[in-house]
Amino acid sequence: MGQTILKAADIKKVFPGVVALDGVRIEIERGEVHALLGENGAGKSTFLKILAGAQPSDGGVMVFDGQTLDPADTPMARQRLGIVTIYQEFNLLPAMTIAENMYLGREPLRRNGLIDWRRMYRDAKTVIDELGLDLDPRMPVRVLSVAEQQMVEISKALTMNARLIIMDEPTAALSGKEVDKLHAIIHGLRAKGISIIYVTHRLVEVAAVCDRFTVFRDGRYVDTRAVQGSTMQDMVRLMVGRDVEFQRRRDRFAGERVMLEVRGVSRAGNLADPHACVLTDLSVQVRAGEIVGFAGLVGAGRTELARVIFGADGCDSGVIVVDGKVTPIRNPGDAIAAGIALVPEDRKQQGCFLPHSIRHNMSLPSLKRLSKWRFFVDETGERALIADYTRKLGIRMANDEVAIGTLSGGNQQKVLLARCMALHPKVLIVDEPTRGIDVGAKAEVHQVLFEMAKAGVAVIVISSELPEVMAVSDRIVTFREGRITGSLPAEDATEEGLMSLMALGGPPVGGPVGGPIGAAATAHVHAAH
Amino acid sequence: MTTAATVSTGATEPPKKPRNIDVVQFLEKYGVLMFLIVLCVAFGMSSPNFLSVRNLTNILTEVSIYGIVAVGMTCVILTGGVDLAVGSVLAFGALAGAWVVTNVGAGAFFGMGFLVALLISCAIGTLTGYIHGKTITLFNVPPFIVTLGGMTIWRGATLMMNDGAPIAGFDAGYRWWGRGDVLGIPVPVLVLFVVAAAGYVVLRYTRYGRQIYAVGGNPEAARLTGINVPRVLVSVYVIVGFLAGLAGFLLSARLGSAEAIAGSSYELRIIASVVIGGTSLFGGMGGIGGTMIGALLIGVLLNGLVMMNVSPYFQQIVMGVIIVLAVAFDTYAKMRRGKR
Repeated sequence: MGQTILKAADIKKVFPGVVALDGVRIEIERGEVHALLGENGAGKSTFLKILAGAQPSDGGVMVFDGQTLDPADTPMARQRLGIVTIYQEFNLLPAMTIAENMYLGREPLRRNGLIDWRRMYRDAKTVIDELGLDLDPRMPVRVLSVAEQQMVEISKALTMNARLIIMDEPTAALSGKEVDKLHAIIHGLRAKGISIIYVTHRLVEVAAVCDRFTVFRDGRYVDTRAVQGSTMQDMVRLMVGRDVEFQRRRDRFAGERVMLEVRGVSRAGNLADPHACVLTDLSVQVRAGEIVGFAGLVGAGRTELARVIFGADGCDSGVIVVDGKVTPIRNPGDAIAAGIALVPEDRKQQGCFLPHSIRHNMSLPSLKRLSKWRFFVDETGERALIADYTRKLGIRMANDEVAIGTLSGGNQQKVLLARCMALHPKVLIVDEPTRGIDVGAKAEVHQVLFEMAKAGVAVIVISSELPEVMAVSDRIVTFREGRITGSLPAEDATEEGLMSLMALGGPPVGGPVGGPIGAAATAHVHAAH
Repeated sequence: MTTAATVSTGATEPPKKPRNIDVVQFLEKYGVLMFLIVLCVAFGMSSPNFLSVRNLTNILTEVSIYGIVAVGMTCVILTGGVDLAVGSVLAFGALAGAWVVTNVGAGAFFGMGFLVALLISCAIGTLTGYIHGKTITLFNVPPFIVTLGGMTIWRGATLMMNDGAPIAGFDAGYRWWGRGDVLGIPVPVLVLFVVAAAGYVVLRYTRYGRQIYAVGGNPEAARLTGINVPRVLVSVYVIVGFLAGLAGFLLSARLGSAEAIAGSSYELRIIASVVIGGTSLFGGMGGIGGTMIGALLIGVLLNGLVMMNVSPYFQQIVMGVIIVLAVAFDTYAKMRRGKR
C-alpha cells in the first residue's frame, strides 16, 4: 500500500454531440481494491475502455507504474503492461479448454515451434491451484458455470502477470455464494499486491470488498473517499447529487379509469438468455392520462416488465388487463391490437428500419387502417397521416422519402413516437425516450408525452435518468432485481430516495444499511443452477 | 464524395439545388443497365446474328424460365434469406406433372392434360416451399442450410421418380406453353411479364410487400411493430416454390420433355439475377425492376458468349466473376452508406 500504480488525470472523451468524459481522474494504489461508482451514463464504461486501450482518449495523461501510457496503445499492448480487463461478457471460447483459453495467443512453445501442451497444462494448473479453485484445466469452458468462467478469466489475467485488473460488474450474474467466493479471491489478489478497479452498482459489495471508491457523475470526477467511514448513503448522494436539468411538470391529467393493470407478473430466469432476468410478482396500475415513471438500474426489471406487457417477451404467470378487459398477450401483434404501443429501448436495433424511408417507418403498424381493396396501401391516406404527425411533432426532414437513418437521433425518436401515436393507443410505453438526443429534442419529446397524457392515454416512461423520470411522471415505480421496491408520487420523490429504492431496496436511512440488502443480494438467482 | 453525402442531409436547403453527382450512387442505380446496353452493342457488333429478332426472342424465352423464379427469389432475398433448392424443385414439379399426364393417358383429361401438369407442378413447388419455410422458422435453421438440403433431397426424389429417365410425349396443348406465341410473343415471355408485374405491384403497393421489406430490413423491429415474422418468412418460400413449379412446367413444355436433371445450377443463375439487380443479400433493399435487368444481363451474356463461340466452360467462369463483383459492390455501397 501507499505506492501509486495508476494515475489518470484530466481524461477527456468527446463523441459526436456528447462529452462523455470531461476531465476525469483517478488514482489507484498498489494492492488496492478501488470501486468506481456512478449512475448509468456517468462515464465509467468509457473511462474503462480508454484505460484498457479499446478507445483512444481525446486528452489527458495516464501514468501506469511510473510509465506514461501511449494513447495509441491497443488492448494487447495494455495487457502486456499488466492492465487486464474482465468484461461483463466474457471473452472465452466455449469449445476450448480452460488452459487453452488462459494462454490463447500466448501458448508456450517448444523449441521446434510447436505448442508445449504439457507445460501449458502444468502452468495452468499451478495458477488455478494458487487461486484455490477446484478446476481441471483440461475441461472445456462450455461446461463451466458463469462464476467458474469468471474464475477462468481471473486465472487468465494472472498468466498475463496482471498488475491492475479491471472488473466490470463482476457479480452481475453471480449468486450470493459465488459472490462470496469471488470476494475471497479478490482479497487474495490484493495480498499479492495486485490492484483492482471494481465497477458495480451494488453498494453492499463496495462496503464488503473495497478499500476506496471514486465517483463519476455526468462524465466528471466527483470525489474519492475511503470506504471505511463512508456510508452507502454517502455514496448514493455523491452519485446523484446534481442539478435537476428538467423543469418539473405542474399540470396533471390523471383520471380515475384504470387503463392498464398488471397483476402478478413473474418469470423464472433463463440460462440460455442472460438478459431474461428474473421477475418476481410485479403488479402495476396505470390510469388514463397518468404518466408513470419506471426507475431502476439496467437489468432491474423495468424494461423487462415493459417487454412482457407488450408481448415481446414471455412470462410464466401474471395477468394483463387493458381498459378493464383481461387481455391475453402472446406477441406484439396482440398488444397492438389491444391498444398498447411501445417505443423500444434501442432506437436503432429495435425501432428503426434504418435504410427505409421515413414514410415506411412511420406508417408500418398502421397500415391495416390505411389500406384499400384489403391488401393495398392507401398511399394518399398514408401521406396525409405522415404530414399530420410531421407537423404535430415538428419532425425536421427534407421529405418523407428520405431514409430514416439519415435523421438525427431526436428526429428518429419523433418518427418512432409518431408511429405509436398513429395507432391511437390506450397505453403508450416509451423506453429511454431521450437517450442520446440533444436537450432541445428531449423537451420536445417530453411535450409529446404530455400531449398524449392529456388525450387520456396511460403513459409509462422508462428512463435511466432520474431527473427525467421525476420531471415527466405523476408517479414513480422503482425496480430492483426483478422486484418492485416502491411506488411514490413524483412530488414526494427525491433522487436520493429513488436511488436508495433502486440500489438498496429500501428508503434512505441515516446509517449504513445492513441485513436486508445482503439477503436480497443472495436472492439474485440469475445464473444459479 | 463526402460533399455529396452532406448535401442530402441539408434539410434547410431549398429543394431544387443542383446535386453533386456521386459515382458510386450513380453506378448503384444505373450501372447494371449501362453494362447491359454496352454488352448488347458489343455482341451486336461482333456477331451480326446477335441482334436478329429470332435470337432476341430466343434470349427472352430463355430468360423467362429463370426470370419467373427470380421474381420469387427477390422476395426471399429481400427477407435476408436465400433458396438454393429452386432448380431441383423446378425439375421435381415438372417431372411429377409430366409423369401423371403421360401415365394416366392424354385422353383422360379431356385434352386439358397441360392444366393437370401445371397444377401438379405448382402444387409440388408450393408444398416444398412450405416445408422449407416451416423448417427455417420452426427449428431456426439458416435458410442456406435448409435449402441446400432441399436441393439434393428434391433432386434425389426427381431422379427416383422415373429412374432418372426423361418423360416426353406431350400433346400440342401442353407444348404450346413452351413453344407457342400470342401475337408473336412467346408464351413463357408473357407469363414472365404477368409474374413480374404482379411481383412489382405486390412489393411496391401492398401491405404484404411492406412487411417483406420490414422483415428483411430489421427483423426485431418488424416483430415489435406487430408483424408475424415467421409467417412472412414462410410465405416467401412458398411463393418462390410455386414459381419454381410454374417455371418447371414451362421448361418441360419448351423442351418437349421433362428431364430429371433439368434446372441444374439454375439456382445460381436465379440468385445472380437478383443480386446483380441490386437486391441486397442483407435483406430489406431492392426490387423486381433490378432483378429483371439482372436476369436479362445474364441471358444476354450467356447467349452472346455462345454466339462468339466462347467455350461453355469459360462461360461459367464469367458468371462466377460477375456474381462476386456484384455482391462486392453491394457490400461496398452499403458500407459507404453506413459511414455517413
